[in-house]
Amino acid sequence: MSLLEVRGLQVAYGGIRAVRGIDLDVPEGEVRCLIGANGAGKTSTLKALSGLLTPAAGGIRYDGQDIVGIPPHRLVRQGLAMAPEGRGIFGRLTVLENLQMGAYSQTGSARIQSSLERVFELFPRLAERRRQTAGTLSGGEQQMLSLGRALMARPRLLLLDEPTMGLAPRMVSAVFDALRLIAGQGVTLLLVEQNARMALRLANYGYVLESGTVALQGTAETLAEDPRVREAYLG
Amino acid sequence: MDIFIQQLVNGVVLGSIYALVALGYTLVYGILGLINFAHGELVMVGALVALSVVRTLSPLLPGLPGWVLALLGTAVAAGVCALLAILIERVAYRPLRHAPRLAPLITAIGVSIALQNLAMVIWGRQYHSVPPLLPAASHQFAGAAITEVQILIVALAALLMAGLIGLVHRTRLGRAMRACAENIQVAELMGVNVNAIVVAAFVIGAVLAAVAGVMVSANYGLAHYHMGFLLGLKAFTAAVLGGIGNVGGAMLGGLLLGIMESLGAGYLEDLSGGFLGSHYQDVLAFFVLILVLVSRPSGLLGERVGQRA
Ligand SMILES: Nc1ncnc2c1ncn2[C@@H]1O[C@H](COP(=O)(O)OP(=O)(O)OP(=O)(O)O)[C@@H](O)[C@H]1O
Ligand SMILES: [Mg+2]
Repeated sequence: MSLLEVRGLQVAYGGIRAVRGIDLDVPEGEVRCLIGANGAGKTSTLKALSGLLTPAAGGIRYDGQDIVGIPPHRLVRQGLAMAPEGRGIFGRLTVLENLQMGAYSQTGSARIQSSLERVFELFPRLAERRRQTAGTLSGGEQQMLSLGRALMARPRLLLLDEPTMGLAPRMVSAVFDALRLIAGQGVTLLLVEQNARMALRLANYGYVLESGTVALQGTAETLAEDPRVREAYLG
Repeated sequence: MDIFIQQLVNGVVLGSIYALVALGYTLVYGILGLINFAHGELVMVGALVALSVVRTLSPLLPGLPGWVLALLGTAVAAGVCALLAILIERVAYRPLRHAPRLAPLITAIGVSIALQNLAMVIWGRQYHSVPPLLPAASHQFAGAAITEVQILIVALAALLMAGLIGLVHRTRLGRAMRACAENIQVAELMGVNVNAIVVAAFVIGAVLAAVAGVMVSANYGLAHYHMGFLLGLKAFTAAVLGGIGNVGGAMLGGLLLGIMESLGAGYLEDLSGGFLGSHYQDVLAFFVLILVLVSRPSGLLGERVGQRA
Protein backbone atom coordinates (compact mmCIF):
# COMPACT_ATOMS: atom_id res chain seq x y z
CA MET A 1 0.00 0.00 0.00
CA SER A 2 1.33 3.40 -0.99
CA LEU A 3 1.57 6.36 1.34
CA LEU A 4 -0.58 8.32 -1.11
CA GLU A 5 -3.19 6.69 -3.33
CA VAL A 6 -5.27 8.75 -5.71
CA ARG A 7 -8.12 7.17 -7.63
CA GLY A 8 -10.24 8.81 -10.31
CA LEU A 9 -9.50 12.30 -9.04
CA GLN A 10 -11.48 15.08 -10.70
CA VAL A 11 -11.17 18.80 -10.03
CA ALA A 12 -13.52 21.34 -11.55
CA TYR A 13 -13.80 25.13 -11.46
CA GLY A 14 -17.44 25.82 -12.09
CA GLY A 15 -18.04 24.09 -15.39
CA ILE A 16 -14.35 23.81 -16.30
CA ARG A 17 -12.91 20.38 -15.62
CA ALA A 18 -9.22 20.89 -14.92
CA VAL A 19 -8.47 17.33 -13.73
CA ARG A 20 -10.47 14.56 -15.39
CA GLY A 21 -10.04 11.41 -13.39
CA ILE A 22 -6.44 10.56 -12.62
CA ASP A 23 -4.80 7.78 -10.61
CA LEU A 24 -1.53 8.36 -8.77
CA ASP A 25 0.48 6.34 -6.28
CA VAL A 26 3.33 7.59 -4.16
CA PRO A 27 4.97 4.84 -2.06
CA GLU A 28 6.67 5.83 1.17
CA GLY A 29 10.29 6.91 0.73
CA GLU A 30 10.05 7.48 -3.01
CA VAL A 31 10.33 10.60 -5.13
CA ARG A 32 7.70 10.77 -7.84
CA CYS A 33 7.17 13.57 -10.31
CA LEU A 34 4.27 15.00 -12.21
CA ILE A 35 5.17 16.76 -15.44
CA GLY A 36 3.02 18.45 -18.02
CA ALA A 37 2.48 21.59 -20.03
CA ASN A 38 0.97 24.83 -18.70
CA GLY A 39 -2.65 24.33 -17.79
CA ALA A 40 -2.40 20.54 -17.73
CA GLY A 41 -3.87 20.47 -14.22
CA LYS A 42 -0.77 19.93 -12.08
CA THR A 43 -1.47 22.68 -9.56
CA SER A 44 -5.13 21.74 -9.40
CA THR A 45 -4.11 18.19 -8.55
CA LEU A 46 -1.76 19.26 -5.76
CA LYS A 47 -4.36 21.66 -4.34
CA ALA A 48 -6.82 18.80 -4.13
CA LEU A 49 -4.24 16.56 -2.44
CA SER A 50 -3.36 19.19 0.16
CA GLY A 51 -6.99 19.94 0.95
CA LEU A 52 -7.09 23.45 -0.52
CA LEU A 53 -9.65 22.31 -3.10
CA THR A 54 -12.42 19.78 -2.70
CA PRO A 55 -12.38 17.26 -5.55
CA ALA A 56 -15.42 17.03 -7.80
CA ALA A 57 -15.02 13.26 -7.67
CA GLY A 58 -12.57 10.55 -6.80
CA GLY A 59 -10.76 9.32 -3.74
CA ILE A 60 -7.55 10.30 -1.98
CA ARG A 61 -6.02 8.02 0.64
CA TYR A 62 -3.07 9.15 2.69
CA ASP A 63 -1.52 6.65 5.04
CA GLY A 64 -4.51 4.42 4.46
CA GLN A 65 -7.04 7.05 5.47
CA ASP A 66 -9.57 8.78 3.23
CA ILE A 67 -8.60 12.47 3.42
CA VAL A 68 -11.14 14.04 1.07
CA GLY A 69 -12.75 16.96 2.87
CA ILE A 70 -10.09 17.30 5.58
CA PRO A 71 -8.83 20.91 5.62
CA PRO A 72 -5.14 21.64 4.98
CA HIS A 73 -4.43 22.77 8.53
CA ARG A 74 -5.35 19.32 9.80
CA LEU A 75 -3.53 17.41 7.06
CA VAL A 76 -0.26 19.17 7.82
CA ARG A 77 -0.54 17.89 11.40
CA GLN A 78 -0.62 14.40 9.93
CA GLY A 79 2.58 15.02 8.00
CA LEU A 80 1.17 16.03 4.62
CA ALA A 81 2.71 19.38 3.68
CA MET A 82 2.89 21.44 0.51
CA ALA A 83 5.23 24.12 -0.79
CA PRO A 84 2.84 26.05 -3.04
CA GLU A 85 3.32 27.33 -6.56
CA GLY A 86 4.92 30.77 -6.67
CA ARG A 87 6.56 30.19 -3.28
CA GLY A 88 3.87 31.90 -1.20
CA ILE A 89 6.36 33.64 1.04
CA PHE A 90 4.96 35.99 3.69
CA GLY A 91 6.80 39.03 2.35
CA ARG A 92 6.21 41.30 5.33
CA LEU A 93 7.31 38.71 7.89
CA THR A 94 10.98 38.10 8.55
CA VAL A 95 12.77 34.98 7.34
CA LEU A 96 12.70 33.60 10.86
CA GLU A 97 8.99 34.36 11.27
CA ASN A 98 8.28 32.58 7.97
CA LEU A 99 10.09 29.52 9.28
CA GLN A 100 8.23 29.75 12.58
CA MET A 101 4.98 29.82 10.59
CA GLY A 102 6.17 26.63 8.90
CA ALA A 103 6.34 25.04 12.34
CA TYR A 104 2.88 26.31 13.32
CA SER A 105 1.57 22.74 13.38
CA GLN A 106 4.40 21.60 15.63
CA THR A 107 4.60 21.60 19.40
CA GLY A 108 7.58 21.66 21.72
CA SER A 109 10.11 24.44 21.42
CA ALA A 110 13.09 22.07 21.54
CA ARG A 111 11.70 20.12 18.60
CA ILE A 112 11.03 23.31 16.64
CA GLN A 113 14.50 24.60 17.45
CA SER A 114 16.07 21.41 16.11
CA SER A 115 13.99 21.67 12.91
CA LEU A 116 15.24 25.21 12.57
CA GLU A 117 18.84 24.11 12.93
CA ARG A 118 18.33 21.44 10.29
CA VAL A 119 16.86 23.97 7.88
CA PHE A 120 19.69 26.42 8.52
CA GLU A 121 22.17 23.64 7.91
CA LEU A 122 20.51 22.86 4.58
CA PHE A 123 20.22 26.54 3.62
CA PRO A 124 22.93 28.54 5.41
CA ARG A 125 21.84 31.62 3.48
CA LEU A 126 18.59 31.65 5.43
CA ALA A 127 20.46 31.68 8.72
CA GLU A 128 22.39 34.76 7.62
CA ARG A 129 19.18 36.53 6.68
CA ARG A 130 16.93 35.38 9.49
CA ARG A 131 16.12 38.94 10.64
CA GLN A 132 15.52 40.24 7.13
CA THR A 133 12.03 40.85 5.76
CA ALA A 134 11.30 37.93 3.47
CA GLY A 135 10.01 40.20 0.70
CA THR A 136 13.52 41.55 0.24
CA LEU A 137 15.04 38.13 -0.54
CA SER A 138 16.04 37.25 -4.09
CA GLY A 139 13.87 34.81 -6.02
CA GLY A 140 16.25 31.94 -5.34
CA GLU A 141 16.44 32.75 -1.64
CA GLN A 142 12.66 32.92 -1.47
CA GLN A 143 12.51 29.45 -2.97
CA MET A 144 14.93 28.21 -0.34
CA LEU A 145 12.73 29.80 2.28
CA SER A 146 9.64 28.15 0.82
CA LEU A 147 11.33 24.74 0.99
CA GLY A 148 12.77 25.37 4.43
CA ARG A 149 9.41 26.53 5.70
CA ALA A 150 7.72 23.38 4.39
CA LEU A 151 10.37 21.26 6.14
CA MET A 152 9.64 23.01 9.45
CA ALA A 153 6.39 21.02 9.51
CA ARG A 154 8.50 17.79 9.55
CA PRO A 155 6.49 16.34 6.68
CA ARG A 156 6.23 12.69 5.86
CA LEU A 157 4.91 13.53 2.41
CA LEU A 158 5.91 16.81 0.80
CA LEU A 159 4.08 18.13 -2.26
CA LEU A 160 6.21 20.55 -4.26
CA ASP A 161 4.68 22.77 -6.93
CA GLU A 162 7.34 23.94 -9.38
CA PRO A 163 10.08 24.75 -6.89
CA THR A 164 12.41 25.94 -9.66
CA MET A 165 9.98 28.25 -11.42
CA GLY A 166 11.71 31.39 -12.67
CA LEU A 167 15.13 30.51 -11.31
CA ALA A 168 18.50 30.83 -13.03
CA PRO A 169 20.18 27.51 -13.99
CA ARG A 170 22.63 27.64 -11.09
CA MET A 171 19.76 28.12 -8.61
CA VAL A 172 17.84 25.30 -10.28
CA SER A 173 20.63 22.86 -9.54
CA ALA A 174 20.92 24.19 -5.99
CA VAL A 175 17.22 23.51 -5.44
CA PHE A 176 17.54 19.99 -6.86
CA ASP A 177 20.56 19.34 -4.65
CA ALA A 178 18.48 20.37 -1.66
CA LEU A 179 15.59 18.15 -2.76
CA ARG A 180 17.98 15.21 -3.08
CA LEU A 181 19.13 15.80 0.50
CA ILE A 182 15.55 16.09 1.73
CA ALA A 183 14.62 12.85 -0.02
CA GLY A 184 17.75 11.27 1.46
CA GLN A 185 16.40 12.09 4.91
CA GLY A 186 13.43 9.85 4.17
CA VAL A 187 10.81 12.42 3.20
CA THR A 188 8.48 11.18 0.47
CA LEU A 189 8.20 13.69 -2.37
CA LEU A 190 5.64 14.38 -5.05
CA LEU A 191 7.27 16.91 -7.32
CA VAL A 192 5.52 19.00 -9.96
CA GLU A 193 7.99 20.37 -12.45
CA GLN A 194 8.27 22.02 -15.84
CA ASN A 195 11.94 21.11 -15.85
CA ALA A 196 11.32 17.51 -16.85
CA ARG A 197 14.97 16.66 -17.38
CA MET A 198 15.98 17.46 -13.80
CA ALA A 199 12.76 16.07 -12.37
CA LEU A 200 13.20 12.71 -14.09
CA ARG A 201 16.75 12.56 -12.86
CA LEU A 202 15.69 13.00 -9.24
CA ALA A 203 12.51 10.93 -9.30
CA ASN A 204 12.25 7.19 -9.70
CA TYR A 205 8.80 7.29 -11.25
CA GLY A 206 6.85 9.89 -13.18
CA TYR A 207 3.45 10.82 -14.51
CA VAL A 208 2.85 12.94 -17.58
CA LEU A 209 -0.31 15.00 -17.32
CA GLU A 210 -2.07 16.27 -20.44
CA SER A 211 -5.35 18.19 -20.35
CA GLY A 212 -6.22 16.80 -16.97
CA THR A 213 -5.51 13.15 -17.68
CA VAL A 214 -2.46 10.95 -17.19
CA ALA A 215 -1.16 10.50 -20.74
CA LEU A 216 1.91 8.47 -19.77
CA GLN A 217 3.49 7.00 -16.72
CA GLY A 218 6.46 4.86 -15.89
CA THR A 219 9.83 4.70 -14.25
CA ALA A 220 11.98 7.76 -14.69
CA GLU A 221 14.30 5.91 -17.07
CA THR A 222 11.49 4.74 -19.36
CA LEU A 223 9.94 8.19 -19.45
CA ALA A 224 13.27 9.87 -20.17
CA GLU A 225 13.72 7.49 -23.10
CA ASP A 226 10.18 7.80 -24.41
CA PRO A 227 10.16 9.62 -27.75
CA ARG A 228 6.93 11.46 -26.94
CA VAL A 229 8.38 12.75 -23.66
CA ARG A 230 11.67 13.62 -25.32
CA GLU A 231 9.92 15.61 -27.99
CA ALA A 232 7.42 17.44 -25.80
CA TYR A 233 9.30 17.99 -22.54
CA LEU A 234 12.99 17.35 -23.00
CA GLY A 235 13.34 19.10 -26.40
CA MET B 1 -3.61 79.96 22.31
CA ASP B 2 -5.45 78.55 25.31
CA ILE B 3 -8.26 77.41 23.10
CA PHE B 4 -5.75 75.75 20.83
CA ILE B 5 -4.20 73.74 23.66
CA GLN B 6 -7.58 72.92 25.11
CA GLN B 7 -8.88 71.65 21.79
CA LEU B 8 -5.67 69.70 21.28
CA VAL B 9 -6.18 67.98 24.64
CA ASN B 10 -9.80 67.22 23.79
CA GLY B 11 -8.65 65.97 20.40
CA VAL B 12 -6.17 63.54 21.89
CA VAL B 13 -8.87 62.15 24.19
CA LEU B 14 -11.34 61.79 21.34
CA GLY B 15 -8.61 60.46 19.06
CA SER B 16 -7.63 57.74 21.53
CA ILE B 17 -11.21 56.50 21.46
CA TYR B 18 -11.38 56.62 17.66
CA ALA B 19 -8.10 54.72 17.51
CA LEU B 20 -9.42 51.88 19.69
CA VAL B 21 -12.50 51.53 17.50
CA ALA B 22 -10.53 51.92 14.27
CA LEU B 23 -8.38 48.96 15.28
CA GLY B 24 -11.42 46.70 15.16
CA TYR B 25 -12.12 47.67 11.56
CA THR B 26 -8.51 47.29 10.55
CA LEU B 27 -7.87 43.89 12.17
CA VAL B 28 -10.82 42.29 10.41
CA TYR B 29 -10.18 44.05 7.12
CA GLY B 30 -6.51 43.07 7.23
CA ILE B 31 -7.37 39.39 7.34
CA LEU B 32 -10.63 39.09 5.39
CA GLY B 33 -10.79 42.25 3.29
CA LEU B 34 -14.20 42.76 4.90
CA ILE B 35 -15.46 46.12 6.12
CA ASN B 36 -17.43 45.20 9.22
CA PHE B 37 -19.84 48.12 9.28
CA ALA B 38 -21.58 46.64 12.31
CA HIS B 39 -18.46 47.23 14.40
CA GLY B 40 -19.55 50.69 15.59
CA GLU B 41 -22.65 49.19 17.18
CA LEU B 42 -20.45 47.17 19.51
CA VAL B 43 -19.29 50.48 21.00
CA MET B 44 -22.91 51.30 21.77
CA VAL B 45 -23.62 47.82 23.18
CA GLY B 46 -20.50 48.07 25.33
CA ALA B 47 -21.54 51.43 26.76
CA LEU B 48 -25.11 50.37 27.51
CA VAL B 49 -24.22 46.98 28.97
CA ALA B 50 -21.66 48.59 31.27
CA LEU B 51 -24.26 51.16 32.30
CA SER B 52 -26.81 48.44 33.10
CA VAL B 53 -24.26 46.53 35.17
CA VAL B 54 -23.44 49.67 37.15
CA ARG B 55 -27.12 50.51 37.66
CA THR B 56 -27.87 46.98 38.82
CA LEU B 57 -24.91 46.60 41.13
CA SER B 58 -24.74 49.97 42.81
CA PRO B 59 -27.94 49.59 44.89
CA LEU B 60 -27.04 45.97 45.71
CA LEU B 61 -23.54 46.78 46.89
CA PRO B 62 -23.69 50.37 48.07
CA GLY B 63 -20.22 50.30 49.61
CA LEU B 64 -18.45 49.44 46.39
CA PRO B 65 -16.00 52.10 45.25
CA GLY B 66 -16.77 53.75 41.90
CA TRP B 67 -13.71 52.42 40.14
CA VAL B 68 -14.59 48.82 41.04
CA LEU B 69 -18.06 49.33 39.60
CA ALA B 70 -16.58 50.85 36.47
CA LEU B 71 -14.16 47.96 36.12
CA LEU B 72 -16.89 45.35 36.59
CA GLY B 73 -19.13 47.12 34.10
CA THR B 74 -16.33 47.26 31.54
CA ALA B 75 -15.43 43.60 32.03
CA VAL B 76 -19.02 42.44 31.54
CA ALA B 77 -19.40 44.75 28.53
CA ALA B 78 -16.22 43.35 26.99
CA GLY B 79 -17.48 39.80 27.49
CA VAL B 80 -20.89 40.54 26.00
CA CYS B 81 -19.36 42.32 23.00
CA ALA B 82 -16.92 39.47 22.42
CA LEU B 83 -19.75 36.92 22.41
CA LEU B 84 -21.81 39.13 20.14
CA ALA B 85 -18.90 39.47 17.72
CA ILE B 86 -18.41 35.70 17.64
CA LEU B 87 -22.11 35.27 16.91
CA ILE B 88 -22.11 37.91 14.16
CA GLU B 89 -19.05 36.41 12.50
CA ARG B 90 -20.46 32.92 12.62
CA VAL B 91 -23.98 33.72 11.47
CA ALA B 92 -23.61 36.74 9.20
CA TYR B 93 -20.12 36.72 7.72
CA ARG B 94 -18.70 33.20 7.61
CA PRO B 95 -21.36 31.83 5.24
CA LEU B 96 -20.45 34.68 2.87
CA ARG B 97 -16.67 34.24 3.09
CA HIS B 98 -16.39 33.35 -0.59
CA ALA B 99 -19.30 35.43 -1.86
CA PRO B 100 -18.76 38.58 -3.93
CA ARG B 101 -17.66 41.50 -1.78
CA LEU B 102 -20.92 43.37 -1.96
CA ALA B 103 -22.82 40.60 -0.16
CA PRO B 104 -21.00 40.77 3.21
CA LEU B 105 -21.02 44.56 3.00
CA ILE B 106 -24.79 44.69 2.72
CA THR B 107 -25.06 42.06 5.44
CA ALA B 108 -22.89 44.23 7.69
CA ILE B 109 -25.25 47.16 7.25
CA GLY B 110 -28.15 44.84 8.04
CA VAL B 111 -26.46 43.61 11.21
CA SER B 112 -25.82 47.20 12.21
CA ILE B 113 -29.49 48.13 11.86
CA ALA B 114 -30.57 44.97 13.67
CA LEU B 115 -28.27 45.72 16.62
CA GLN B 116 -29.53 49.30 16.87
CA ASN B 117 -33.11 48.15 16.94
CA LEU B 118 -32.39 45.44 19.44
CA ALA B 119 -30.70 47.99 21.67
CA MET B 120 -33.65 50.33 21.27
CA VAL B 121 -35.98 47.58 22.46
CA ILE B 122 -33.77 46.78 25.46
CA TRP B 123 -32.68 50.27 26.53
CA GLY B 124 -35.35 52.49 25.00
CA ARG B 125 -34.99 55.57 22.83
CA GLN B 126 -34.00 57.95 25.58
CA TYR B 127 -30.58 59.28 26.44
CA HIS B 128 -29.23 57.66 29.59
CA SER B 129 -27.09 59.73 31.88
CA VAL B 130 -24.03 57.89 33.04
CA PRO B 131 -23.27 58.32 36.74
CA PRO B 132 -19.83 59.80 37.44
CA LEU B 133 -18.04 56.85 38.99
CA LEU B 134 -14.55 58.21 38.71
CA PRO B 135 -13.14 61.39 40.24
CA ALA B 136 -14.26 64.34 38.17
CA ALA B 137 -11.34 66.44 39.39
CA SER B 138 -9.79 68.59 36.73
CA HIS B 139 -6.14 69.48 36.31
CA GLN B 140 -4.53 72.43 34.59
CA PHE B 141 -2.15 71.39 31.85
CA ALA B 142 -0.33 74.07 29.82
CA GLY B 143 -3.31 76.35 30.18
CA ALA B 144 -5.87 73.68 29.37
CA ALA B 145 -8.20 71.78 31.67
CA ILE B 146 -8.05 68.00 31.61
CA THR B 147 -10.20 65.81 33.82
CA GLU B 148 -8.94 62.68 35.55
CA VAL B 149 -11.36 60.64 33.48
CA GLN B 150 -9.73 62.02 30.36
CA ILE B 151 -6.25 61.22 31.64
CA LEU B 152 -7.45 57.72 32.40
CA ILE B 153 -8.93 57.36 28.91
CA VAL B 154 -5.72 58.34 27.20
CA ALA B 155 -3.56 56.21 29.49
CA LEU B 156 -5.75 53.13 29.15
CA ALA B 157 -5.99 53.53 25.38
CA ALA B 158 -2.19 53.82 25.16
CA LEU B 159 -1.79 50.73 27.31
CA LEU B 160 -4.24 48.69 25.24
CA MET B 161 -2.59 49.76 22.00
CA ALA B 162 0.86 48.89 23.30
CA GLY B 163 -0.52 45.52 24.34
CA LEU B 164 -2.01 44.97 20.92
CA ILE B 165 1.25 45.84 19.18
CA GLY B 166 2.98 43.35 21.45
CA LEU B 167 0.39 40.72 20.64
CA VAL B 168 0.62 41.26 16.89
CA HIS B 169 4.40 41.29 16.75
CA ARG B 170 5.54 39.07 19.58
CA THR B 171 3.13 36.18 19.87
CA ARG B 172 2.29 33.07 17.88
CA LEU B 173 -1.29 34.28 17.46
CA GLY B 174 -0.09 37.66 16.19
CA ARG B 175 2.28 36.03 13.74
CA ALA B 176 -0.53 33.86 12.42
CA MET B 177 -2.74 36.95 12.08
CA ARG B 178 -0.08 38.71 10.04
CA ALA B 179 0.46 35.60 7.93
CA CYS B 180 -3.29 35.33 7.24
CA ALA B 181 -3.36 39.00 6.30
CA GLU B 182 -0.77 38.26 3.62
CA ASN B 183 -1.99 34.95 2.26
CA ILE B 184 -4.80 32.97 3.83
CA GLN B 185 -4.30 29.84 1.73
CA VAL B 186 -0.62 29.54 2.50
CA ALA B 187 -1.27 30.20 6.19
CA GLU B 188 -3.74 27.33 6.07
CA LEU B 189 -1.10 25.08 4.50
CA MET B 190 1.17 25.92 7.44
CA GLY B 191 -1.43 24.55 9.82
CA VAL B 192 -3.29 27.72 10.73
CA ASN B 193 -6.98 27.22 11.42
CA VAL B 194 -8.09 30.36 9.62
CA ASN B 195 -11.51 30.42 11.25
CA ALA B 196 -9.91 30.54 14.69
CA ILE B 197 -7.72 33.47 13.64
CA VAL B 198 -10.70 35.32 12.19
CA VAL B 199 -12.63 34.79 15.42
CA ALA B 200 -9.65 36.07 17.40
CA ALA B 201 -9.57 39.24 15.29
CA PHE B 202 -13.28 39.81 15.84
CA VAL B 203 -12.97 39.22 19.58
CA ILE B 204 -10.01 41.57 20.02
CA GLY B 205 -11.84 44.25 18.05
CA ALA B 206 -15.00 43.73 20.11
CA VAL B 207 -13.18 44.05 23.42
CA LEU B 208 -11.52 47.27 22.28
CA ALA B 209 -14.91 48.55 21.09
CA ALA B 210 -16.51 47.78 24.45
CA VAL B 211 -13.78 49.64 26.29
CA ALA B 212 -14.15 52.54 23.86
CA GLY B 213 -17.90 52.55 24.52
CA VAL B 214 -17.34 52.87 28.25
CA MET B 215 -14.84 55.65 27.60
CA VAL B 216 -17.20 57.66 25.40
CA SER B 217 -20.07 57.39 27.84
CA ALA B 218 -17.81 58.28 30.77
CA ASN B 219 -16.37 61.25 28.89
CA TYR B 220 -19.70 62.74 27.81
CA GLY B 221 -21.82 61.32 30.64
CA LEU B 222 -24.36 60.01 28.12
CA ALA B 223 -25.27 56.78 26.40
CA HIS B 224 -28.03 55.85 23.96
CA TYR B 225 -28.90 53.24 21.37
CA HIS B 226 -27.79 55.35 18.43
CA MET B 227 -24.38 56.41 19.73
CA GLY B 228 -22.41 53.76 17.86
CA PHE B 229 -23.43 54.69 14.37
CA LEU B 230 -21.66 57.99 13.81
CA LEU B 231 -18.76 57.01 16.02
CA GLY B 232 -18.31 53.84 13.99
CA LEU B 233 -18.30 55.74 10.73
CA LYS B 234 -15.73 58.15 12.08
CA ALA B 235 -13.51 55.37 13.39
CA PHE B 236 -13.78 53.72 9.98
CA THR B 237 -12.68 57.02 8.47
CA ALA B 238 -9.74 57.02 10.87
CA ALA B 239 -8.80 53.50 9.79
CA VAL B 240 -8.90 54.51 6.13
CA LEU B 241 -6.94 57.65 6.88
CA GLY B 242 -4.17 55.62 8.52
CA GLY B 243 -4.30 52.89 5.89
CA ILE B 244 -6.92 50.22 6.49
CA GLY B 245 -5.43 46.86 7.39
CA ASN B 246 -2.49 48.56 9.08
CA VAL B 247 -2.48 48.43 12.90
CA GLY B 248 -0.17 51.42 13.38
CA GLY B 249 -2.20 53.29 10.78
CA ALA B 250 -5.43 52.84 12.72
CA MET B 251 -3.80 54.33 15.80
CA LEU B 252 -2.32 57.27 13.91
CA GLY B 253 -5.48 57.83 11.91
CA GLY B 254 -7.64 57.80 15.04
CA LEU B 255 -5.46 60.30 16.83
CA LEU B 256 -5.21 62.60 13.81
CA LEU B 257 -8.93 62.52 13.16
CA GLY B 258 -9.71 63.28 16.81
CA ILE B 259 -7.35 66.25 16.81
CA MET B 260 -8.58 67.57 13.46
CA GLU B 261 -12.16 67.34 14.63
CA SER B 262 -11.52 69.12 17.90
CA LEU B 263 -9.52 71.88 16.30
CA GLY B 264 -12.17 72.11 13.61
CA ALA B 265 -14.84 72.48 16.26
CA GLY B 266 -12.83 75.23 17.92
CA TYR B 267 -11.96 77.21 14.84
CA LEU B 268 -14.45 76.41 12.10
CA GLU B 269 -16.70 79.28 13.11
CA ASP B 270 -13.90 81.87 13.16
CA LEU B 271 -12.29 80.62 10.00
CA SER B 272 -15.50 80.66 8.01
CA GLY B 273 -16.56 84.02 9.37
CA GLY B 274 -19.47 82.49 11.23
CA PHE B 275 -20.73 80.69 8.13
CA LEU B 276 -19.97 77.22 9.52
CA GLY B 277 -20.57 76.54 13.21
CA SER B 278 -18.82 74.01 15.45
CA HIS B 279 -21.61 71.53 14.74
CA TYR B 280 -19.95 71.06 11.36
CA GLN B 281 -17.24 69.03 13.07
CA ASP B 282 -19.03 65.83 12.09
CA VAL B 283 -18.92 66.82 8.45
CA LEU B 284 -15.21 67.38 8.75
CA ALA B 285 -14.54 63.68 9.30
CA PHE B 286 -16.29 62.74 6.09
CA PHE B 287 -14.62 65.53 4.21
CA VAL B 288 -11.33 63.95 5.36
CA LEU B 289 -12.57 60.52 4.22
CA ILE B 290 -13.37 61.79 0.73
CA LEU B 291 -10.07 63.63 0.52
CA VAL B 292 -8.10 60.53 1.50
CA LEU B 293 -10.02 58.27 -0.88
CA VAL B 294 -9.42 60.64 -3.76
CA SER B 295 -5.81 61.58 -3.13
CA ARG B 296 -4.28 58.64 -1.31
CA PRO B 297 -6.59 55.62 -1.19
CA SER B 298 -3.98 53.52 0.60
CA GLY B 299 -3.97 55.93 3.56
CA LEU B 300 -1.00 57.35 5.41
CA LEU B 301 0.76 54.11 6.36
CA GLY B 302 -1.02 51.66 4.06
CA GLU B 303 0.67 49.81 1.29
CA ARG B 304 -0.60 49.99 -2.22
CA VAL B 305 -3.69 47.89 -2.62
CA GLY B 306 -3.06 45.04 -5.02
CA GLN B 307 -0.08 43.87 -2.99
CA ARG B 308 -2.36 41.32 -1.45
CA ALA B 309 -1.46 37.94 -2.95
N1 LIG C 1 -9.27 29.28 -9.92
C1 LIG C 1 -9.51 28.84 -11.17
N2 LIG C 1 -10.67 29.15 -11.78
C2 LIG C 1 -10.95 28.71 -13.03
N3 LIG C 1 -10.10 27.96 -13.74
C3 LIG C 1 -8.93 27.62 -13.20
C4 LIG C 1 -8.56 28.04 -11.88
N4 LIG C 1 -7.34 27.56 -11.60
C5 LIG C 1 -6.96 26.87 -12.68
N5 LIG C 1 -7.91 26.89 -13.63
C6 LIG C 1 -7.85 26.23 -14.95
O1 LIG C 1 -7.60 24.87 -14.74
C7 LIG C 1 -6.68 24.37 -15.69
C8 LIG C 1 -5.51 23.72 -14.96
O2 LIG C 1 -4.81 24.71 -14.24
P1 LIG C 1 -3.58 24.37 -13.28
O3 LIG C 1 -3.20 25.60 -12.58
O4 LIG C 1 -3.92 23.19 -12.47
O5 LIG C 1 -2.47 23.99 -14.36
P2 LIG C 1 -0.92 23.70 -14.18
O6 LIG C 1 -0.69 22.39 -14.80
O7 LIG C 1 -0.53 23.87 -12.77
O8 LIG C 1 -0.29 24.84 -15.07
P3 LIG C 1 1.06 25.69 -14.89
O9 LIG C 1 2.16 24.83 -15.40
O10 LIG C 1 0.86 26.87 -15.76
O11 LIG C 1 1.19 26.02 -13.46
C9 LIG C 1 -6.28 25.56 -16.55
O12 LIG C 1 -7.01 25.49 -17.74
C10 LIG C 1 -6.68 26.74 -15.75
O13 LIG C 1 -7.06 27.81 -16.56
MG1 LIG D 1 0.74 25.14 -11.79
